[in-house]
Amino acid sequence: MSKPLATTRSATGIPTGRLAVWWVLASEVVIFGGLLASYLMHRVGHPEWADAAAATNTWIGAFNTFVLLTSSFTAVLAHKAAEHGDGKRAARLLMYTIGGAATFIGVKSFEWATEISHGYTITSNGFWSFYYTAAGLHALHVIAGAIIMGFVARDAARNRELHRVELIGIYWHFVDVVWIFLFPLLYIAK
Amino acid sequence: MTEYTHPNYRKIYVTLLFLLAVSVAGPFLGIKWVTLITAFGIAVVKANMVIQNFMHLKWEKRIAKYVLAVSLLLMALFWGGVAPDVMKHAGLRWTNDAAMAATARGIGPAHAESSTESHDPAVTTEHDAVPAEAAGEEAPSVP
Repeated sequence: MSKPLATTRSATGIPTGRLAVWWVLASEVVIFGGLLASYLMHRVGHPEWADAAAATNTWIGAFNTFVLLTSSFTAVLAHKAAEHGDGKRAARLLMYTIGGAATFIGVKSFEWATEISHGYTITSNGFWSFYYTAAGLHALHVIAGAIIMGFVARDAARNRELHRVELIGIYWHFVDVVWIFLFPLLYIAK
Repeated sequence: MTEYTHPNYRKIYVTLLFLLAVSVAGPFLGIKWVTLITAFGIAVVKANMVIQNFMHLKWEKRIAKYVLAVSLLLMALFWGGVAPDVMKHAGLRWTNDAAMAATARGIGPAHAESSTESHDPAVTTEHDAVPAEAAGEEAPSVP
Protein backbone atom coordinates (compact mmCIF):
# COMPACT_ATOMS: atom_id res chain seq x y z
CA MET A 1 0.00 0.00 0.00
CA SER A 2 1.44 3.38 -0.98
CA LYS A 3 1.80 6.00 1.70
CA PRO A 4 0.41 9.56 1.58
CA LEU A 5 2.89 12.23 0.52
CA ALA A 6 2.77 13.87 3.94
CA THR A 7 4.01 10.64 5.53
CA THR A 8 7.12 10.33 3.43
CA ARG A 9 8.30 13.89 2.82
CA SER A 10 10.75 15.62 5.11
CA ALA A 11 10.81 19.35 4.40
CA THR A 12 12.62 20.20 7.65
CA GLY A 13 15.05 17.31 7.61
CA ILE A 14 13.04 15.67 10.38
CA PRO A 15 10.75 12.81 9.31
CA THR A 16 7.16 14.10 9.25
CA GLY A 17 5.94 11.71 11.93
CA ARG A 18 8.62 12.75 14.37
CA LEU A 19 8.09 16.44 13.64
CA ALA A 20 4.38 15.90 14.34
CA VAL A 21 5.23 14.37 17.71
CA TRP A 22 7.36 17.43 18.58
CA TRP A 23 4.41 19.68 17.70
CA VAL A 24 2.12 17.60 19.90
CA LEU A 25 4.61 17.90 22.73
CA ALA A 26 4.91 21.67 22.23
CA SER A 27 1.15 21.93 22.83
CA GLU A 28 1.47 19.58 25.80
CA VAL A 29 4.17 21.81 27.29
CA VAL A 30 1.68 24.68 27.27
CA ILE A 31 -1.12 22.53 28.72
CA PHE A 32 0.87 20.97 31.55
CA GLY A 33 3.11 24.00 31.93
CA GLY A 34 0.11 26.28 32.39
CA LEU A 35 -1.45 23.92 34.90
CA LEU A 36 1.72 23.41 36.92
CA ALA A 37 2.63 27.11 36.80
CA SER A 38 -0.87 27.94 38.10
CA TYR A 39 -0.44 25.44 40.91
CA LEU A 40 2.99 26.79 41.79
CA MET A 41 1.88 30.42 41.96
CA HIS A 42 -1.15 29.53 44.11
CA ARG A 43 1.00 27.33 46.33
CA VAL A 44 3.36 30.27 46.95
CA GLY A 45 0.37 32.53 47.67
CA HIS A 46 -1.24 30.01 50.03
CA PRO A 47 1.30 28.71 52.54
CA GLU A 48 -1.57 27.02 54.39
CA TRP A 49 -1.76 24.46 51.56
CA ALA A 50 1.30 22.82 53.13
CA ASP A 51 -1.10 21.31 55.70
CA ALA A 52 -3.09 19.69 52.90
CA ALA A 53 0.03 18.58 51.01
CA ALA A 54 1.23 16.84 54.18
CA ALA A 55 -1.46 14.20 53.58
CA THR A 56 0.02 12.97 50.26
CA ASN A 57 2.06 9.78 50.44
CA THR A 58 5.68 10.46 49.38
CA TRP A 59 6.51 6.73 49.17
CA ILE A 60 3.69 6.04 46.73
CA GLY A 61 4.77 9.03 44.64
CA ALA A 62 8.39 7.83 44.71
CA PHE A 63 7.39 4.30 43.72
CA ASN A 64 5.40 5.60 40.77
CA THR A 65 8.38 7.76 39.74
CA PHE A 66 10.51 4.60 39.80
CA VAL A 67 7.90 2.79 37.68
CA LEU A 68 7.78 5.57 35.06
CA LEU A 69 11.58 5.92 34.88
CA THR A 70 11.83 2.16 34.36
CA SER A 71 9.13 2.22 31.69
CA SER A 72 11.03 5.03 29.92
CA PHE A 73 14.17 2.89 30.06
CA THR A 74 12.41 -0.06 28.38
CA ALA A 75 10.84 2.32 25.82
CA VAL A 76 14.22 3.67 24.76
CA LEU A 77 15.64 0.13 24.57
CA ALA A 78 12.69 -0.71 22.31
CA HIS A 79 13.68 2.21 20.07
CA LYS A 80 17.24 0.90 19.91
CA ALA A 81 16.00 -2.59 19.03
CA ALA A 82 13.71 -1.15 16.33
CA GLU A 83 16.62 0.75 14.80
CA HIS A 84 18.51 -2.53 14.61
CA GLY A 85 15.53 -4.04 12.80
CA ASP A 86 14.63 -6.38 15.67
CA GLY A 87 10.87 -5.84 15.75
CA LYS A 88 10.15 -8.75 18.05
CA ARG A 89 12.49 -7.46 20.76
CA ALA A 90 11.12 -3.94 20.30
CA ALA A 91 7.57 -5.26 20.73
CA ARG A 92 8.53 -7.19 23.85
CA LEU A 93 10.17 -4.11 25.39
CA LEU A 94 7.13 -2.00 24.53
CA MET A 95 4.98 -4.57 26.32
CA TYR A 96 7.16 -4.11 29.41
CA THR A 97 6.52 -0.37 29.11
CA ILE A 98 2.77 -1.02 28.90
CA GLY A 99 3.19 -3.15 32.04
CA GLY A 100 4.76 -0.11 33.70
CA ALA A 101 1.80 2.00 32.64
CA ALA A 102 -0.62 -0.56 34.09
CA THR A 103 1.35 -0.66 37.36
CA PHE A 104 1.35 3.14 37.54
CA ILE A 105 -2.42 3.34 37.04
CA GLY A 106 -3.02 0.49 39.50
CA VAL A 107 -0.98 2.22 42.20
CA LYS A 108 -2.66 5.54 41.45
CA SER A 109 -6.11 3.95 41.73
CA PHE A 110 -5.22 2.55 45.14
CA GLU A 111 -3.77 5.89 46.21
CA TRP A 112 -6.81 7.90 45.09
CA ALA A 113 -9.28 5.42 46.57
CA THR A 114 -7.48 5.70 49.92
CA GLU A 115 -7.39 9.50 49.80
CA ILE A 116 -11.03 9.81 48.77
CA SER A 117 -12.08 7.41 51.52
CA HIS A 118 -10.31 9.73 53.99
CA GLY A 119 -12.38 12.65 52.72
CA TYR A 120 -9.77 14.30 50.49
CA THR A 121 -11.74 14.99 47.34
CA ILE A 122 -11.38 17.35 44.38
CA THR A 123 -13.68 19.86 46.15
CA SER A 124 -11.96 19.75 49.57
CA ASN A 125 -9.81 22.82 48.90
CA GLY A 126 -7.53 24.43 46.34
CA PHE A 127 -4.66 22.04 46.92
CA TRP A 128 -6.74 18.90 46.35
CA SER A 129 -8.40 20.48 43.30
CA PHE A 130 -4.98 20.97 41.70
CA TYR A 131 -3.80 17.56 42.92
CA TYR A 132 -6.62 15.61 41.27
CA THR A 133 -6.68 17.78 38.13
CA ALA A 134 -2.93 17.61 37.45
CA ALA A 135 -2.43 13.97 38.41
CA GLY A 136 -5.68 13.02 36.64
CA LEU A 137 -4.71 14.73 33.39
CA HIS A 138 -1.33 13.03 33.60
CA ALA A 139 -2.96 9.63 34.25
CA LEU A 140 -5.13 10.11 31.14
CA HIS A 141 -1.94 10.65 29.14
CA VAL A 142 -0.49 7.45 30.61
CA ILE A 143 -3.60 5.50 29.59
CA ALA A 144 -3.67 7.00 26.07
CA GLY A 145 0.06 6.33 25.60
CA ALA A 146 -0.30 2.70 26.72
CA ILE A 147 -3.18 2.10 24.28
CA ILE A 148 -1.27 3.60 21.33
CA MET A 149 1.81 1.65 22.38
CA GLY A 150 -0.22 -1.55 22.14
CA PHE A 151 -0.96 -0.86 18.46
CA VAL A 152 2.67 0.07 17.76
CA ALA A 153 3.90 -3.10 19.51
CA ARG A 154 1.49 -5.26 17.48
CA ASP A 155 2.93 -3.90 14.23
CA ALA A 156 6.51 -4.00 15.51
CA ALA A 157 6.17 -7.71 16.35
CA ARG A 158 5.56 -8.27 12.62
CA ASN A 159 8.47 -5.96 11.71
CA ARG A 160 6.08 -3.33 10.36
CA GLU A 161 6.28 0.46 10.84
CA LEU A 162 9.28 0.18 13.14
CA HIS A 163 9.89 3.94 13.02
CA ARG A 164 6.75 4.36 15.13
CA VAL A 165 8.53 2.77 18.08
CA GLU A 166 10.66 5.90 18.36
CA LEU A 167 7.62 8.17 17.96
CA ILE A 168 5.59 6.61 20.78
CA GLY A 169 8.81 6.52 22.82
CA ILE A 170 9.31 10.29 22.53
CA TYR A 171 5.72 10.82 23.71
CA TRP A 172 6.21 8.37 26.57
CA HIS A 173 9.38 10.09 27.79
CA PHE A 174 7.48 13.38 27.84
CA VAL A 175 4.82 11.80 30.08
CA ASP A 176 7.71 10.70 32.29
CA VAL A 177 9.14 14.25 32.34
CA VAL A 178 5.77 15.69 33.42
CA TRP A 179 5.69 13.25 36.34
CA ILE A 180 9.28 14.14 37.26
CA PHE A 181 7.95 17.66 37.97
CA LEU A 182 4.63 16.57 39.49
CA PHE A 183 6.40 14.40 42.05
CA PRO A 184 8.25 17.17 43.93
CA LEU A 185 5.36 19.62 43.48
CA LEU A 186 2.68 17.36 44.98
CA TYR A 187 4.60 14.91 47.16
CA ILE A 188 7.81 16.52 48.43
CA ALA A 189 7.09 20.24 48.88
CA LYS A 190 5.23 20.04 52.21
CA MET B 1 18.55 13.95 13.26
CA THR B 2 22.29 14.18 13.09
CA GLU B 3 24.24 10.95 13.20
CA TYR B 4 24.47 9.49 16.67
CA THR B 5 25.28 6.31 18.46
CA HIS B 6 22.95 5.17 21.22
CA PRO B 7 24.36 6.24 24.58
CA ASN B 8 24.70 3.83 27.50
CA TYR B 9 21.03 3.82 28.53
CA ARG B 10 21.61 1.57 31.52
CA LYS B 11 24.07 4.05 33.00
CA ILE B 12 21.60 6.91 32.47
CA TYR B 13 18.79 4.87 34.03
CA VAL B 14 20.87 4.02 37.12
CA THR B 15 21.84 7.71 37.48
CA LEU B 16 18.15 8.68 37.29
CA LEU B 17 17.30 6.18 40.05
CA PHE B 18 20.13 7.52 42.20
CA LEU B 19 18.82 11.08 41.72
CA LEU B 20 15.32 9.89 42.64
CA ALA B 21 16.70 8.44 45.89
CA VAL B 22 18.41 11.77 46.67
CA SER B 23 15.20 13.73 46.02
CA VAL B 24 13.29 11.44 48.42
CA ALA B 25 16.04 11.59 51.07
CA GLY B 26 16.46 15.40 50.92
CA PRO B 27 13.47 16.38 53.10
CA PHE B 28 14.67 14.06 55.91
CA LEU B 29 17.45 16.56 56.69
CA GLY B 30 14.77 19.10 57.60
CA ILE B 31 16.61 22.03 56.00
CA LYS B 32 14.33 24.01 53.72
CA TRP B 33 16.87 25.11 51.10
CA VAL B 34 18.32 21.60 50.88
CA THR B 35 14.82 20.22 50.26
CA LEU B 36 14.21 22.82 47.54
CA ILE B 37 17.45 21.86 45.79
CA THR B 38 16.99 18.10 46.14
CA ALA B 39 13.36 18.35 45.04
CA PHE B 40 13.27 20.91 42.25
CA GLY B 41 16.95 21.18 41.30
CA ILE B 42 17.16 17.43 40.85
CA ALA B 43 13.84 17.38 38.98
CA VAL B 44 15.33 19.77 36.42
CA VAL B 45 18.47 17.60 36.12
CA LYS B 46 16.42 14.39 35.76
CA ALA B 47 14.08 15.94 33.18
CA ASN B 48 17.04 17.24 31.19
CA MET B 49 18.67 13.79 31.20
CA VAL B 50 15.48 12.18 29.91
CA ILE B 51 14.87 14.88 27.27
CA GLN B 52 18.44 14.88 25.95
CA ASN B 53 19.21 11.17 26.07
CA PHE B 54 15.93 9.25 25.93
CA MET B 55 14.06 11.68 23.66
CA HIS B 56 17.29 12.27 21.72
CA LEU B 57 16.77 16.03 21.63
CA LYS B 58 20.55 16.32 21.89
CA TRP B 59 20.85 14.94 18.36
CA GLU B 60 17.66 16.45 16.95
CA LYS B 61 17.58 19.22 14.33
CA ARG B 62 17.32 22.77 15.61
CA ILE B 63 13.75 23.36 14.46
CA ALA B 64 12.42 20.87 17.05
CA LYS B 65 14.31 22.75 19.77
CA TYR B 66 12.86 26.05 18.56
CA VAL B 67 9.33 24.62 18.60
CA LEU B 68 9.76 23.55 22.22
CA ALA B 69 11.49 26.81 23.16
CA VAL B 70 8.52 28.83 21.87
CA SER B 71 6.10 26.90 24.08
CA LEU B 72 8.38 27.43 27.07
CA LEU B 73 8.47 31.12 26.21
CA LEU B 74 4.66 31.22 26.19
CA MET B 75 4.71 29.63 29.63
CA ALA B 76 7.14 32.26 30.88
CA LEU B 77 4.88 34.97 29.46
CA PHE B 78 1.91 33.48 31.29
CA TRP B 79 3.91 33.31 34.51
CA GLY B 80 5.18 36.87 34.22
CA GLY B 81 1.70 38.22 33.54
CA VAL B 82 -0.26 36.32 36.17
CA ALA B 83 2.03 35.15 38.97
CA PRO B 84 2.62 38.54 40.68
CA ASP B 85 -1.13 38.99 41.25
CA VAL B 86 -1.66 35.43 42.48
CA MET B 87 1.37 35.05 44.70
CA LYS B 88 0.71 38.31 46.55
CA HIS B 89 -2.61 39.18 48.16
CA ALA B 90 -2.22 42.93 48.19
CA GLY B 91 -0.64 45.59 46.04
CA LEU B 92 -0.40 49.34 45.83
CA ARG B 93 -4.09 49.89 45.01
CA TRP B 94 -5.74 46.51 45.45
CA THR B 95 -6.30 43.73 47.95
CA ASN B 96 -7.45 40.15 47.46
CA ASP B 97 -9.64 39.83 50.55
CA ALA B 98 -10.79 36.30 49.78
CA ALA B 99 -7.26 34.95 49.42
CA MET B 100 -6.18 36.71 52.61
CA ALA B 101 -9.18 35.30 54.47
CA ALA B 102 -8.40 31.80 53.17
CA THR B 103 -4.80 32.06 54.30
CA ALA B 104 -5.83 33.40 57.70
CA ARG B 105 -8.44 30.65 58.08
CA GLY B 106 -5.91 27.95 57.21
CA ILE B 107 -6.61 24.37 56.29
CA GLY B 108 -6.58 22.89 59.79
CA PRO B 109 -6.06 19.26 60.72
CA ALA B 110 -9.73 18.40 60.25
CA HIS B 111 -10.10 19.91 56.78
CA ALA B 112 -10.87 16.54 55.22
CA GLU B 113 -13.76 15.91 57.56
CA SER B 114 -15.18 19.40 57.09
CA SER B 115 -15.50 18.78 53.37
CA THR B 116 -18.05 16.06 54.01
CA GLU B 117 -20.23 18.25 56.23
CA SER B 118 -23.77 19.09 55.23
CA HIS B 119 -24.14 22.37 53.40
CA ASP B 120 -27.57 23.05 54.78
CA PRO B 121 -28.05 26.83 54.47
CA ALA B 122 -29.48 26.89 57.97
CA VAL B 123 -26.18 25.67 59.36
CA THR B 124 -23.58 28.37 59.81
CA THR B 125 -20.05 27.09 59.45
CA GLU B 126 -16.71 28.78 59.63
CA HIS B 127 -16.70 28.82 55.82
CA ASP B 128 -19.96 30.77 55.79
CA ALA B 129 -18.39 33.45 57.95
CA VAL B 130 -16.37 34.61 54.96
CA PRO B 131 -17.97 37.77 53.49
CA ALA B 132 -20.12 37.15 50.44
CA GLU B 133 -18.00 39.44 48.29
CA ALA B 134 -15.02 37.32 49.22
CA ALA B 135 -16.64 34.15 47.91
CA GLY B 136 -15.06 34.64 44.50
CA GLU B 137 -11.72 33.35 45.69
CA GLU B 138 -9.40 35.25 43.40
CA ALA B 139 -11.52 38.31 42.66
CA PRO B 140 -9.48 41.24 43.94
CA SER B 141 -11.31 44.20 45.35
CA VAL B 142 -10.14 47.61 44.20
CA PRO B 143 -10.80 50.40 46.68
